Amino acid sequence: MTLLRRILLRLLTMAITLIGVAIIVFFVIRVVPGNPIAMMLPPGAGEEDIARLKALYGLDKTIPEQFVIWLNGVLHGDFGTSITSRQPVLKLVLSRLPATLELSIMALVIAVILGGTLALTGTRRRGTRTEGTIDIVNGMALSVPDFLWGLVFILLFGVLWPVFHISGRVSPALDLPFVTNFYLFESVLRLRFDIWADLVSHMFMPALALAIPLAAIISQLLKQSLKETMHLDYVTLSRTKGYGENHVITHEALPNAVLPTLTLIGVQFTFLIGGTVIIERLFSYEGLGNMAIDAVINRDLPLIQGIVILFALIFTVVNLVVDLTYAALNPRLRNG
Amino acid sequence: MSFLTIENLSAHVGPSPILRDVSLSVEAGEVRGLVGESGAGKSMIGKAVLGTLPLAVQVTSGRILLDGEDLLAMRPRDRRRVIGAKAALIPQDPLTALNPSRRVGPQITNRLVDILGWTRQDAQMRALELLHEVSIPEPERVMRAYPHELSGGMRQRILIASAFAAEPRLIIADEPTTALDVTVQKQILKLIRQMQQRHGTALLFVTHDLGVVSKVCQSLTVLFGGLVLEDTRVEPFFAHPSHPYSAALLAATPKYTDPDASLTPVPDAVIEGVQAEIAAHDRMQPHV
Ligand SMILES: Nc1ncnc2c1ncn2[C@@H]1O[C@H](COP(=O)(O)OP(=O)(O)O)[C@@H](O)[C@H]1O
Ligand SMILES: [Mg+2]
Repeated sequence: MTLLRRILLRLLTMAITLIGVAIIVFFVIRVVPGNPIAMMLPPGAGEEDIARLKALYGLDKTIPEQFVIWLNGVLHGDFGTSITSRQPVLKLVLSRLPATLELSIMALVIAVILGGTLALTGTRRRGTRTEGTIDIVNGMALSVPDFLWGLVFILLFGVLWPVFHISGRVSPALDLPFVTNFYLFESVLRLRFDIWADLVSHMFMPALALAIPLAAIISQLLKQSLKETMHLDYVTLSRTKGYGENHVITHEALPNAVLPTLTLIGVQFTFLIGGTVIIERLFSYEGLGNMAIDAVINRDLPLIQGIVILFALIFTVVNLVVDLTYAALNPRLRNG
Repeated sequence: MSFLTIENLSAHVGPSPILRDVSLSVEAGEVRGLVGESGAGKSMIGKAVLGTLPLAVQVTSGRILLDGEDLLAMRPRDRRRVIGAKAALIPQDPLTALNPSRRVGPQITNRLVDILGWTRQDAQMRALELLHEVSIPEPERVMRAYPHELSGGMRQRILIASAFAAEPRLIIADEPTTALDVTVQKQILKLIRQMQQRHGTALLFVTHDLGVVSKVCQSLTVLFGGLVLEDTRVEPFFAHPSHPYSAALLAATPKYTDPDASLTPVPDAVIEGVQAEIAAHDRMQPHV
C-alpha cells in the first residue's frame, strides 16, 4: 500500500468516525433528562417564555430536524451559539483549545522524557538493583490514576511546599501581550521568559499528574522491547565491532524497539487528552476540559457538541499522525 | 606465537559448567575448526573471545590472549577497542544479523568511521570494494538497500564483507552456512575460504560438520560438553582420530567415509565414555 493511499484511507475513516460521533452525541444529550431552557429561566416562567426560547435555539423541532440544521451549519463553519454565553461555539472552543493542547503536549513531553529515561537506564543496568527499583517505581506509578496524582500534588505543592502554582493557567497580575492563545509558545517567540516561567509553573503540576501514568507505561513497554532486542544477533554483532553498551542500546536496539512503544504512545496520548477534563478542573486550568464540565452542568447543548466534536477530531488526528510516523520509521512498511 | 590463545578457560551458568578448562590456539593466518554437536559450547568460546557472553555466563578462570594482549584482564572499554580492531565475527544467521531498520551501507561503514576514525569517503570506497570482492552485483544499489530487500545468501555475503572491512587478523565464523539453503552453502563456504586466503586472516571456524572441516581447516578442536576432547592437525585426524568420540563423529559424517556405507550415529557407549571423562574432569576441580 502506498503512503498516499494509506493517508486517503485514514482520512475517509476519520470523516466517518467524526460523523458517527456527532450523531451519537447529538442524540444522547437531547434524550437525557435536563433541559437547558429550564435552567436559563427563573422558576415559574410562563409557557410562552419557554416556547419562545425553545424556538430561538431551534429546540422546538424534532431531533433529526435539529441535526440536519446543525450539520448544515457545521459544513458552513457555524457550530451554533452557546446557550449560556451567547457566543459562537467555534470561537469559544478555539479560544480554549490552545490551553489544552499546550497542557497535553507538555504532559506528553514529560512522559516521553521520564519514561524513556527510565527504560534506557533500566536497560543499561539490567540485572542490577537499579532495574529492580525502576520496576517497582513503574508499578507504583501505574497503580494510581492521573487525577489522584493531581490531588497528591495539590496537597504537596499547594499546601505543604508551595513552589509551584496549583491553580489557573497564568498569574492574573501579569500583563499579557499575546495575540494567540498559545501562551507558552508565544511567550517564547516574544522572548518573554518571565511569562513563560509563570506559565510553566502553573502547568507543571497538572502536566506531571497527566504524565506519570503514561511515563510508567512507556517505561515498562520500552524496557521490555529493549530487553528482547538486546539479545538479537545484530545487536551482538555491533558489540563485536567495538561499540560500547550505550551506543549499542541507543543506536542499534532503540530504533527497532521503539516501534511498539510509539503505537502505544499514540493510543495512550488520546487517553491523556481525555484525562485533561478532570485535571483541568482540579487545577482550575482554563482549557477545553474545564469548559466541557461547565457546559454539561449548564446543559449548554451546542457547546457540548462543539467540544465533543473537537475532542474526537483531535483523537483521530493523533491516531493518523502516529500511524504515519510508524510507517515512516519502519522501512518494511515504507515501500512494502 | 599464536594470534589467539585460549588457556584453561572455564565458564559457568549458575553452578553448572559450560566450558571446562578449554585451551586452544589459532596461529596467524591459520584456519582452525571448532567441532562439536549442538550445545557443546562452541558459540560460547567465540562469544568469550569477542566479549559478548550472555549476562548469565560467568567466566571462572583462564586467559584469552589476542595478539598477546590478555583480554580478560583489560578494562571493558579497552577490550572493546582491541577486539573491534583485531577481530570480527561472521554470524550464524544472516537473516537476524543485520539491523532491519538500517540501510546496508552504514552497517558496513559506520564502525570504520566511528571506531577506527576513517573518513566517510574512505569507508564508503572500502565497502564498495569489499562488496565487489564478495561478488555482489550492483554494490552501490545494495549499499542503499534495507536488509529485508535482499536474499539470505546476499546478506551473508554482506556480513562477510563487513567482517573483513577493518582487516581484522582473526575472524570467528559461527556456523556461517547452517542457516542457508544447501545450494548457497557451498558458495558461501568457498567465499569465506577465498577471502581468508586473500587477506591472510586467522579463522576460527565453528561447525558441527566434519566434512566442512576437511575442506577448509588446517587444524581442529573437538569439543563435547565444554571439554576439549581432541586438538590436532587435520590430516592425522582424518587418517586416525585419536579419541573414540572423534572416530564415532567421523563415522557419522556423510561423504568423508565411503558414501555407500551406512552412517552410524555416535553410539551410546561412546557418549557415556565421554560423560565419564567429563565427570572425572569435574571431580578434579577445586570447588567453586
Ligand atoms: N544465554 C544463555 N544463558 C545460559 N546458558 C546458555 C545461554 N546460551 C547457551 N547456554 C548454554 O551454554 C551451553 C553452550 O551453548 P553454545 O555455546 O551455544 O553451544 P553450541 O556448541 O551449540 O554453540 C549450552 O548448554 C547452552 O544450554
Ligand atoms: Mg552455536
